[in-house]
Amino acid sequence: MSSRPPVKDWATDFDHIDPRWIENPFPLWDELRQRCPVAHSGRFEGGAYFPSRYQDVRDIAYDTEHFSSRRVVVRDKKLEQLLPSPPITSDPPEHRADRMPLLPPFNAKAVDKLTPGTQTLCARLIDRFIGEGRCDAATAYAQHIPTRVIAHMLGVPEDDGDRFRHWIKMALEVGIYEPHKAMEAIKEMSVYFKDQMARRGTQRSDDLISYVMDLQQDGKPVAEEKRIGALRLILIAGIDTTWSAIGASLWHLATHAEDRRRLVADPSLIDTAVEELLRAYAPVTMAREVVKEVTINGCPMKPGGMVLLSFPAANRDPEMFPDADKVLIDRKENRHAAFGLGIHRCIGSNLARMELRVALEEWLKRIPEFTLAEGEQVTWSEGTVRGPRRLPLVFGA
Amino acid sequence: MSGKAGFKVQVDAQRCQGHNRCHAIAPELFEVDDYGNARAKGDGSVPPALEEKARLAVKNCPEHAVRMSGKD
Repeated sequence: MSSRPPVKDWATDFDHIDPRWIENPFPLWDELRQRCPVAHSGRFEGGAYFPSRYQDVRDIAYDTEHFSSRRVVVRDKKLEQLLPSPPITSDPPEHRADRMPLLPPFNAKAVDKLTPGTQTLCARLIDRFIGEGRCDAATAYAQHIPTRVIAHMLGVPEDDGDRFRHWIKMALEVGIYEPHKAMEAIKEMSVYFKDQMARRGTQRSDDLISYVMDLQQDGKPVAEEKRIGALRLILIAGIDTTWSAIGASLWHLATHAEDRRRLVADPSLIDTAVEELLRAYAPVTMAREVVKEVTINGCPMKPGGMVLLSFPAANRDPEMFPDADKVLIDRKENRHAAFGLGIHRCIGSNLARMELRVALEEWLKRIPEFTLAEGEQVTWSEGTVRGPRRLPLVFGA
Repeated sequence: MSGKAGFKVQVDAQRCQGHNRCHAIAPELFEVDDYGNARAKGDGSVPPALEEKARLAVKNCPEHAVRMSGKD
Protein backbone atom coordinates (compact mmCIF):
# COMPACT_ATOMS: atom_id res chain seq x y z
CA MET A 1 0.00 0.00 0.00
CA SER A 2 1.24 3.51 -0.66
CA SER A 3 1.70 6.06 2.09
CA ARG A 4 -0.85 8.81 1.58
CA PRO A 5 -2.02 11.61 3.81
CA PRO A 6 -5.14 10.51 5.71
CA VAL A 7 -8.45 11.87 4.46
CA LYS A 8 -9.70 14.82 6.52
CA ASP A 9 -13.03 15.36 4.81
CA TRP A 10 -14.55 12.74 2.53
CA ALA A 11 -16.68 15.35 0.74
CA THR A 12 -13.75 17.44 -0.46
CA ASP A 13 -10.78 15.09 -0.27
CA PHE A 14 -11.98 11.51 -0.81
CA ASP A 15 -9.48 8.78 -1.55
CA HIS A 16 -10.65 5.38 -2.75
CA ILE A 17 -7.43 3.75 -1.61
CA ASP A 18 -7.56 5.11 1.92
CA PRO A 19 -7.48 2.15 4.36
CA ARG A 20 -10.89 3.09 5.77
CA TRP A 21 -12.48 3.06 2.30
CA ILE A 22 -10.82 -0.26 1.47
CA GLU A 23 -11.87 -1.91 4.73
CA ASN A 24 -15.48 -0.74 4.97
CA PRO A 25 -16.61 1.97 2.55
CA PHE A 26 -20.35 1.65 3.19
CA PRO A 27 -20.71 4.07 6.15
CA LEU A 28 -18.60 6.63 4.27
CA TRP A 29 -20.89 6.42 1.24
CA ASP A 30 -24.02 6.61 3.41
CA GLU A 31 -22.70 9.78 5.00
CA LEU A 32 -21.76 11.34 1.65
CA ARG A 33 -25.14 10.51 0.13
CA GLN A 34 -26.71 12.64 2.88
CA ARG A 35 -24.19 15.40 3.16
CA CYS A 36 -22.59 15.78 -0.28
CA PRO A 37 -23.96 13.43 -2.95
CA VAL A 38 -21.29 14.45 -5.43
CA ALA A 39 -18.00 14.56 -3.56
CA HIS A 40 -14.75 15.91 -4.99
CA SER A 41 -11.08 15.26 -4.50
CA GLY A 42 -8.00 17.09 -5.70
CA ARG A 43 -5.80 14.08 -5.05
CA PHE A 44 -6.10 12.85 -8.60
CA GLU A 45 -4.86 14.52 -11.76
CA GLY A 46 -7.62 16.69 -13.19
CA GLY A 47 -9.62 16.29 -9.97
CA ALA A 48 -12.14 13.54 -9.37
CA TYR A 49 -15.86 13.50 -8.55
CA PHE A 50 -17.61 10.81 -6.58
CA PRO A 51 -21.39 10.55 -6.98
CA SER A 52 -22.88 8.25 -4.35
CA ARG A 53 -26.57 8.30 -5.32
CA TYR A 54 -28.04 5.74 -7.66
CA GLN A 55 -29.75 8.31 -9.86
CA ASP A 56 -26.58 10.33 -10.43
CA VAL A 57 -24.53 7.23 -11.21
CA ARG A 58 -27.22 6.17 -13.67
CA ASP A 59 -27.41 9.59 -15.33
CA ILE A 60 -23.64 9.62 -15.85
CA ALA A 61 -23.54 6.04 -17.14
CA TYR A 62 -26.18 6.98 -19.73
CA ASP A 63 -24.57 10.27 -20.72
CA THR A 64 -21.96 9.53 -23.37
CA GLU A 65 -22.01 13.11 -24.60
CA HIS A 66 -20.39 14.68 -21.53
CA PHE A 67 -18.54 11.63 -20.21
CA SER A 68 -15.99 9.54 -22.06
CA SER A 69 -14.90 6.00 -21.28
CA ARG A 70 -11.43 6.50 -22.70
CA ARG A 71 -10.07 6.35 -19.14
CA VAL A 72 -11.80 3.82 -16.90
CA VAL A 73 -9.57 3.98 -13.82
CA VAL A 74 -9.10 7.00 -11.55
CA ARG A 75 -5.34 7.26 -10.95
CA ASP A 76 -3.12 9.78 -9.14
CA LYS A 77 -1.67 10.65 -12.54
CA LYS A 78 -3.33 9.90 -15.83
CA LEU A 79 -1.50 7.39 -18.01
CA GLU A 80 0.59 9.34 -20.49
CA GLN A 81 -0.77 7.22 -23.32
CA LEU A 82 -4.32 6.14 -23.98
CA LEU A 83 -4.23 2.38 -24.38
CA PRO A 84 -7.61 1.36 -25.74
CA SER A 85 -9.12 -1.87 -24.52
CA PRO A 86 -12.23 -1.87 -26.67
CA PRO A 87 -15.12 -1.88 -26.09
CA ILE A 88 -14.79 -0.79 -22.43
CA THR A 89 -12.73 2.26 -23.44
CA SER A 90 -14.78 2.99 -26.57
CA ASP A 91 -17.30 5.81 -26.92
CA PRO A 92 -20.08 6.13 -29.48
CA PRO A 93 -20.12 5.88 -32.40
CA GLU A 94 -17.22 3.35 -32.49
CA HIS A 95 -18.44 1.58 -29.38
CA ARG A 96 -21.18 -0.43 -31.00
CA ALA A 97 -19.01 -2.00 -33.67
CA ASP A 98 -16.27 -2.72 -31.11
CA ARG A 99 -18.72 -4.42 -28.77
CA MET A 100 -21.08 -6.42 -30.97
CA PRO A 101 -18.71 -9.20 -32.05
CA LEU A 102 -17.64 -9.89 -28.47
CA LEU A 103 -21.18 -10.53 -27.24
CA PRO A 104 -21.95 -14.01 -28.66
CA PRO A 105 -19.05 -15.85 -26.94
CA PHE A 106 -20.42 -14.65 -23.59
CA ASN A 107 -24.14 -15.12 -24.18
CA ALA A 108 -26.28 -17.30 -21.94
CA LYS A 109 -26.14 -20.29 -24.27
CA ALA A 110 -22.35 -20.22 -24.49
CA VAL A 111 -22.09 -19.86 -20.72
CA ASP A 112 -24.45 -22.80 -20.08
CA LYS A 113 -21.94 -25.04 -21.83
CA LEU A 114 -19.26 -24.00 -19.35
CA THR A 115 -21.34 -24.85 -16.28
CA PRO A 116 -20.48 -28.56 -15.86
CA GLY A 117 -16.74 -27.87 -16.20
CA THR A 118 -16.99 -25.10 -13.61
CA GLN A 119 -18.77 -27.45 -11.20
CA THR A 120 -15.98 -30.00 -11.58
CA LEU A 121 -13.34 -27.31 -11.13
CA CYS A 122 -14.93 -26.08 -7.88
CA ALA A 123 -15.28 -29.61 -6.53
CA ARG A 124 -11.61 -30.34 -7.25
CA LEU A 125 -10.47 -27.15 -5.56
CA ILE A 126 -12.50 -28.08 -2.48
CA ASP A 127 -10.98 -31.60 -2.48
CA ARG A 128 -7.58 -30.02 -2.00
CA PHE A 129 -8.32 -28.27 1.29
CA ILE A 130 -11.46 -29.74 2.83
CA GLY A 131 -9.44 -32.32 4.81
CA GLU A 132 -7.51 -29.55 6.54
CA GLY A 133 -10.68 -28.10 8.01
CA ARG A 134 -9.66 -24.60 6.99
CA CYS A 135 -8.43 -22.57 4.05
CA ASP A 136 -7.77 -19.11 2.76
CA ALA A 137 -10.88 -18.99 0.59
CA ALA A 138 -9.56 -16.02 -1.41
CA THR A 139 -6.36 -17.68 -2.58
CA ALA A 140 -7.22 -21.40 -2.38
CA TYR A 141 -10.69 -21.15 -3.90
CA ALA A 142 -12.18 -17.91 -5.23
CA GLN A 143 -9.20 -16.70 -7.25
CA HIS A 144 -8.82 -19.94 -9.22
CA ILE A 145 -12.36 -20.20 -10.48
CA PRO A 146 -12.58 -17.24 -12.88
CA THR A 147 -8.88 -17.51 -13.72
CA ARG A 148 -9.18 -21.07 -14.92
CA VAL A 149 -12.48 -20.53 -16.68
CA ILE A 150 -11.25 -17.50 -18.62
CA ALA A 151 -7.89 -19.17 -19.41
CA HIS A 152 -9.84 -22.10 -20.83
CA MET A 153 -12.05 -19.78 -22.91
CA LEU A 154 -9.09 -17.76 -24.22
CA GLY A 155 -7.09 -20.89 -24.95
CA VAL A 156 -4.06 -20.09 -22.76
CA PRO A 157 -2.44 -22.29 -20.10
CA GLU A 158 -4.53 -22.37 -16.93
CA ASP A 159 -1.29 -22.43 -14.94
CA ASP A 160 -0.43 -18.91 -16.10
CA GLY A 161 -2.86 -17.63 -13.45
CA ASP A 162 -0.19 -16.11 -11.21
CA ARG A 163 1.06 -13.96 -14.07
CA PHE A 164 -2.45 -12.86 -14.95
CA ARG A 165 -3.22 -11.87 -11.38
CA HIS A 166 0.07 -9.98 -11.09
CA TRP A 167 -0.72 -7.94 -14.20
CA ILE A 168 -4.20 -7.21 -12.95
CA LYS A 169 -2.97 -6.08 -9.55
CA MET A 170 -0.51 -3.75 -11.27
CA ALA A 171 -3.09 -2.41 -13.72
CA LEU A 172 -5.94 -1.89 -11.28
CA GLU A 173 -4.47 -1.51 -7.79
CA VAL A 174 -0.80 -0.52 -7.63
CA GLY A 175 -1.24 1.36 -10.90
CA ILE A 176 -3.51 3.88 -9.17
CA TYR A 177 -0.55 5.45 -7.36
CA GLU A 178 2.28 4.09 -9.52
CA PRO A 179 0.91 4.52 -13.03
CA HIS A 180 4.15 3.35 -14.67
CA LYS A 181 3.50 -0.09 -13.20
CA ALA A 182 0.10 -0.14 -14.88
CA MET A 183 1.80 0.77 -18.17
CA GLU A 184 4.37 -2.01 -17.72
CA ALA A 185 1.70 -4.59 -16.98
CA ILE A 186 -0.38 -3.52 -19.96
CA LYS A 187 2.67 -3.79 -22.21
CA GLU A 188 3.52 -7.24 -20.86
CA MET A 189 -0.02 -8.40 -21.48
CA SER A 190 0.19 -7.13 -25.05
CA VAL A 191 3.42 -9.05 -25.62
CA TYR A 192 1.79 -12.16 -24.17
CA PHE A 193 -1.18 -11.97 -26.51
CA LYS A 194 0.97 -11.09 -29.53
CA ASP A 195 2.95 -14.22 -28.82
CA GLN A 196 -0.23 -16.27 -28.43
CA MET A 197 -1.51 -15.02 -31.77
CA ALA A 198 1.84 -15.67 -33.44
CA ARG A 199 1.80 -19.25 -32.13
CA ARG A 200 -1.53 -19.83 -33.75
CA GLY A 201 -0.22 -18.60 -37.09
CA THR A 202 -2.78 -19.69 -39.61
CA GLN A 203 -4.14 -22.43 -37.34
CA ARG A 204 -7.37 -21.75 -35.54
CA SER A 205 -8.95 -23.52 -32.65
CA ASP A 206 -12.19 -23.15 -30.80
CA ASP A 207 -10.91 -20.47 -28.43
CA LEU A 208 -11.37 -16.75 -27.91
CA ILE A 209 -7.89 -15.79 -29.10
CA SER A 210 -8.61 -17.46 -32.44
CA TYR A 211 -12.01 -15.78 -32.51
CA VAL A 212 -10.57 -12.33 -31.84
CA MET A 213 -7.75 -12.86 -34.36
CA ASP A 214 -10.30 -13.16 -37.15
CA LEU A 215 -12.49 -10.22 -36.18
CA GLN A 216 -13.48 -7.99 -39.04
CA GLN A 217 -15.00 -4.56 -39.25
CA ASP A 218 -16.52 -3.29 -42.48
CA GLY A 219 -15.04 -6.25 -44.31
CA LYS A 220 -11.50 -5.52 -43.13
CA PRO A 221 -9.50 -7.20 -40.36
CA VAL A 222 -9.64 -5.26 -37.11
CA ALA A 223 -6.38 -3.43 -36.33
CA GLU A 224 -3.97 -5.49 -34.24
CA GLU A 225 -3.86 -2.89 -31.48
CA LYS A 226 -7.62 -3.19 -31.06
CA ARG A 227 -7.60 -6.96 -31.08
CA ILE A 228 -4.89 -7.07 -28.44
CA GLY A 229 -6.74 -4.46 -26.40
CA ALA A 230 -9.88 -6.58 -26.49
CA LEU A 231 -7.94 -9.64 -25.32
CA ARG A 232 -6.39 -7.66 -22.46
CA LEU A 233 -9.85 -6.53 -21.47
CA ILE A 234 -11.25 -10.07 -21.48
CA LEU A 235 -8.39 -11.23 -19.27
CA ILE A 236 -8.54 -8.35 -16.80
CA ALA A 237 -12.30 -8.09 -16.60
CA GLY A 238 -12.81 -11.81 -16.35
CA ILE A 239 -10.63 -12.51 -13.34
CA ASP A 240 -10.42 -9.90 -10.60
CA THR A 241 -14.10 -9.11 -10.68
CA THR A 242 -15.61 -12.56 -10.22
CA TRP A 243 -12.85 -13.59 -7.83
CA SER A 244 -13.94 -10.60 -5.72
CA ALA A 245 -17.64 -11.41 -5.96
CA ILE A 246 -17.10 -15.03 -4.88
CA GLY A 247 -14.80 -13.99 -2.03
CA ALA A 248 -17.10 -11.24 -0.77
CA SER A 249 -20.08 -13.60 -0.88
CA LEU A 250 -18.21 -16.23 1.15
CA TRP A 251 -17.15 -13.50 3.58
CA HIS A 252 -20.80 -12.54 3.99
CA LEU A 253 -21.91 -16.13 4.55
CA ALA A 254 -19.06 -16.70 7.03
CA THR A 255 -20.13 -13.69 9.05
CA HIS A 256 -23.92 -14.11 8.74
CA ALA A 257 -24.84 -17.55 10.03
CA GLU A 258 -28.57 -16.99 9.56
CA ASP A 259 -28.18 -16.35 5.82
CA ARG A 260 -25.76 -19.26 5.43
CA ARG A 261 -28.09 -21.71 7.18
CA ARG A 262 -31.11 -20.50 5.31
CA LEU A 263 -29.41 -20.94 1.97
CA VAL A 264 -28.19 -24.41 2.90
CA ALA A 265 -31.68 -25.40 4.07
CA ASP A 266 -33.35 -23.96 0.96
CA PRO A 267 -31.05 -24.08 -2.09
CA SER A 268 -33.84 -22.65 -4.25
CA LEU A 269 -32.94 -19.25 -2.76
CA ILE A 270 -29.68 -19.26 -4.71
CA ASP A 271 -30.99 -17.10 -7.57
CA THR A 272 -32.17 -14.22 -5.41
CA ALA A 273 -29.19 -14.69 -3.07
CA VAL A 274 -26.72 -14.33 -5.95
CA GLU A 275 -28.41 -11.13 -7.13
CA GLU A 276 -28.51 -9.71 -3.62
CA LEU A 277 -24.86 -10.52 -2.94
CA LEU A 278 -24.00 -8.87 -6.26
CA ARG A 279 -25.97 -5.80 -5.22
CA ALA A 280 -24.55 -5.52 -1.73
CA TYR A 281 -20.94 -6.41 -2.60
CA ALA A 282 -20.74 -5.27 -6.21
CA PRO A 283 -17.03 -5.48 -6.87
CA VAL A 284 -16.56 -3.10 -9.78
CA THR A 285 -16.17 0.66 -9.73
CA MET A 286 -15.60 2.23 -13.12
CA ALA A 287 -14.55 5.72 -14.16
CA ARG A 288 -15.39 8.31 -16.77
CA GLU A 289 -13.55 11.39 -17.96
CA VAL A 290 -15.54 14.61 -18.26
CA VAL A 291 -15.24 15.84 -21.84
CA LYS A 292 -17.85 18.62 -21.87
CA GLU A 293 -18.90 20.93 -19.10
CA VAL A 294 -21.96 19.55 -17.34
CA THR A 295 -23.83 19.81 -14.05
CA ILE A 296 -24.79 16.68 -12.14
CA ASN A 297 -27.17 17.06 -9.22
CA GLY A 298 -26.15 20.70 -8.85
CA CYS A 299 -22.43 19.97 -9.05
CA PRO A 300 -20.63 21.57 -12.00
CA MET A 301 -18.09 19.29 -13.63
CA LYS A 302 -15.17 20.52 -15.68
CA PRO A 303 -13.61 18.81 -18.72
CA GLY A 304 -10.51 16.87 -17.77
CA GLY A 305 -11.99 15.86 -14.44
CA MET A 306 -12.51 12.20 -13.67
CA VAL A 307 -15.61 10.57 -12.23
CA LEU A 308 -15.29 7.61 -9.92
CA LEU A 309 -18.37 5.78 -11.14
CA SER A 310 -19.30 3.59 -8.22
CA PHE A 311 -21.95 1.02 -9.04
CA PRO A 312 -21.33 -0.40 -5.55
CA ALA A 313 -22.34 2.93 -3.99
CA ALA A 314 -25.39 3.21 -6.27
CA ASN A 315 -26.43 -0.25 -5.11
CA ARG A 316 -26.48 0.92 -1.50
CA ASP A 317 -28.72 3.93 -2.07
CA PRO A 318 -31.80 3.60 0.17
CA GLU A 319 -33.83 5.77 -2.20
CA MET A 320 -33.54 3.02 -4.79
CA PHE A 321 -33.35 -0.06 -2.57
CA PRO A 322 -35.46 -0.40 0.58
CA ASP A 323 -33.25 -1.60 3.45
CA ALA A 324 -30.26 -0.94 1.21
CA ASP A 325 -27.84 -1.60 4.05
CA LYS A 326 -29.29 -5.04 4.76
CA VAL A 327 -28.53 -8.18 2.79
CA LEU A 328 -31.88 -9.86 2.10
CA ILE A 329 -31.13 -13.10 0.29
CA ASP A 330 -34.75 -13.42 -0.79
CA ARG A 331 -35.01 -9.86 -2.15
CA LYS A 332 -37.33 -10.27 -5.11
CA GLU A 333 -37.15 -6.85 -6.73
CA ASN A 334 -33.56 -6.01 -7.43
CA ARG A 335 -32.62 -3.64 -10.21
CA HIS A 336 -29.03 -3.52 -9.02
CA ALA A 337 -26.28 -2.05 -11.15
CA ALA A 338 -23.42 -4.45 -10.35
CA PHE A 339 -22.77 -5.00 -14.05
CA GLY A 340 -23.10 -1.36 -14.96
CA LEU A 341 -25.89 0.51 -16.69
CA GLY A 342 -26.24 1.63 -20.28
CA ILE A 343 -24.11 0.77 -23.28
CA HIS A 344 -21.16 -0.57 -21.27
CA ARG A 345 -23.10 -3.31 -19.48
CA CYS A 346 -20.56 -5.98 -18.53
CA ILE A 347 -20.18 -8.38 -21.44
CA GLY A 348 -19.30 -11.16 -19.03
CA SER A 349 -22.34 -10.80 -16.78
CA ASN A 350 -23.79 -14.22 -17.70
CA LEU A 351 -20.43 -15.83 -17.06
CA ALA A 352 -19.89 -14.04 -13.76
CA ARG A 353 -23.35 -15.00 -12.50
CA MET A 354 -22.80 -18.63 -13.44
CA GLU A 355 -19.39 -18.75 -11.74
CA LEU A 356 -20.67 -17.10 -8.58
CA ARG A 357 -23.70 -19.38 -8.38
CA VAL A 358 -21.70 -22.57 -9.00
CA ALA A 359 -18.93 -21.51 -6.61
CA LEU A 360 -21.44 -20.99 -3.80
CA GLU A 361 -23.50 -24.11 -4.56
CA GLU A 362 -20.50 -26.41 -4.66
CA TRP A 363 -19.03 -24.85 -1.52
CA LEU A 364 -22.25 -25.02 0.51
CA LYS A 365 -22.86 -28.65 -0.47
CA ARG A 366 -19.53 -29.67 0.99
CA ILE A 367 -18.91 -26.99 3.60
CA PRO A 368 -22.26 -25.86 4.99
CA GLU A 369 -20.75 -24.49 8.21
CA PHE A 370 -17.81 -22.08 8.28
CA THR A 371 -16.66 -18.96 10.05
CA LEU A 372 -13.81 -16.46 9.88
CA ALA A 373 -10.66 -17.88 11.48
CA GLU A 374 -10.29 -16.16 14.81
CA GLY A 375 -7.32 -13.86 15.20
CA GLU A 376 -6.47 -13.91 11.51
CA GLN A 377 -6.93 -10.91 9.31
CA VAL A 378 -9.13 -10.53 6.27
CA THR A 379 -7.60 -8.16 3.71
CA TRP A 380 -9.42 -6.40 0.87
CA SER A 381 -8.16 -5.24 -2.52
CA GLU A 382 -7.66 -1.54 -3.16
CA GLY A 383 -9.45 0.83 -5.42
CA THR A 384 -11.20 -0.27 -8.56
CA VAL A 385 -12.32 -3.79 -7.76
CA ARG A 386 -13.34 -4.67 -4.20
CA GLY A 387 -13.02 -8.15 -2.78
CA PRO A 388 -11.13 -10.12 -0.13
CA ARG A 389 -7.55 -11.00 -1.00
CA ARG A 390 -7.03 -12.99 2.22
CA LEU A 391 -10.04 -14.77 3.66
CA PRO A 392 -9.03 -17.31 6.33
CA LEU A 393 -11.97 -19.57 7.12
CA VAL A 394 -12.44 -22.54 9.44
CA PHE A 395 -14.98 -25.23 8.66
CA GLY A 396 -17.54 -26.84 10.95
CA ALA A 397 -19.98 -25.46 13.50
CA MET B 1 -53.92 -8.55 -9.62
CA SER B 2 -57.04 -10.14 -10.98
CA GLY B 3 -56.79 -13.14 -13.27
CA LYS B 4 -58.49 -11.43 -16.17
CA ALA B 5 -56.83 -11.64 -19.54
CA GLY B 6 -55.07 -8.75 -21.19
CA PHE B 7 -51.66 -8.40 -19.57
CA LYS B 8 -48.86 -8.13 -22.07
CA VAL B 9 -45.12 -7.74 -21.68
CA GLN B 10 -42.84 -5.92 -24.03
CA VAL B 11 -39.15 -5.06 -24.19
CA ASP B 12 -37.99 -1.64 -25.31
CA ALA B 13 -35.19 -2.52 -27.71
CA GLN B 14 -33.66 0.96 -27.33
CA ARG B 15 -33.24 0.47 -23.60
CA CYS B 16 -32.35 -3.23 -23.44
CA GLN B 17 -28.62 -3.74 -22.86
CA GLY B 18 -28.67 -7.51 -22.63
CA HIS B 19 -28.57 -8.06 -18.87
CA ASN B 20 -30.67 -11.17 -19.48
CA ARG B 21 -32.65 -10.80 -16.26
CA CYS B 22 -36.09 -11.10 -17.86
CA HIS B 23 -35.13 -14.28 -19.64
CA ALA B 24 -33.58 -15.76 -16.51
CA ILE B 25 -36.70 -15.01 -14.45
CA ALA B 26 -39.39 -15.80 -17.02
CA PRO B 27 -38.00 -17.88 -19.92
CA GLU B 28 -41.62 -18.69 -20.82
CA LEU B 29 -42.22 -15.04 -21.68
CA PHE B 30 -38.90 -13.72 -23.02
CA GLU B 31 -36.27 -14.82 -25.48
CA VAL B 32 -32.82 -13.42 -26.18
CA ASP B 33 -30.82 -13.39 -29.39
CA ASP B 34 -27.11 -14.23 -29.72
CA TYR B 35 -26.22 -10.67 -28.71
CA GLY B 36 -28.30 -10.77 -25.55
CA ASN B 37 -31.08 -8.54 -26.88
CA ALA B 38 -34.35 -9.57 -25.28
CA ARG B 39 -37.83 -9.57 -26.74
CA ALA B 40 -41.20 -10.85 -25.64
CA LYS B 41 -42.13 -14.25 -27.00
CA GLY B 42 -45.05 -14.29 -29.41
CA ASP B 43 -47.32 -11.31 -28.91
CA GLY B 44 -46.23 -10.88 -25.29
CA SER B 45 -49.47 -12.17 -23.79
CA VAL B 46 -49.07 -13.23 -20.19
CA PRO B 47 -51.12 -16.24 -19.06
CA PRO B 48 -52.56 -15.67 -15.58
CA ALA B 49 -50.23 -18.28 -14.07
CA LEU B 50 -47.21 -16.26 -15.21
CA GLU B 51 -48.34 -12.83 -14.04
CA GLU B 52 -46.08 -12.86 -10.99
CA LYS B 53 -43.07 -13.87 -13.07
CA ALA B 54 -43.87 -11.14 -15.57
CA ARG B 55 -44.08 -8.59 -12.76
CA LEU B 56 -40.70 -9.72 -11.42
CA ALA B 57 -39.16 -9.51 -14.89
CA VAL B 58 -40.28 -5.87 -15.01
CA LYS B 59 -38.98 -5.13 -11.51
CA ASN B 60 -35.57 -6.70 -12.09
CA CYS B 61 -34.62 -5.01 -15.34
CA PRO B 62 -31.72 -2.68 -14.51
CA GLU B 63 -32.44 -0.59 -17.61
CA HIS B 64 -36.23 -0.28 -17.11
CA ALA B 65 -36.61 -1.84 -20.55
CA VAL B 66 -39.30 -4.38 -19.66
CA ARG B 67 -42.88 -3.18 -19.40
CA MET B 68 -46.15 -4.82 -18.61
CA SER B 69 -49.20 -3.35 -20.31
CA GLY B 70 -50.19 -0.23 -18.47
CA LYS B 71 -47.90 -0.97 -15.56
CA ASP B 72 -44.28 -0.46 -14.61
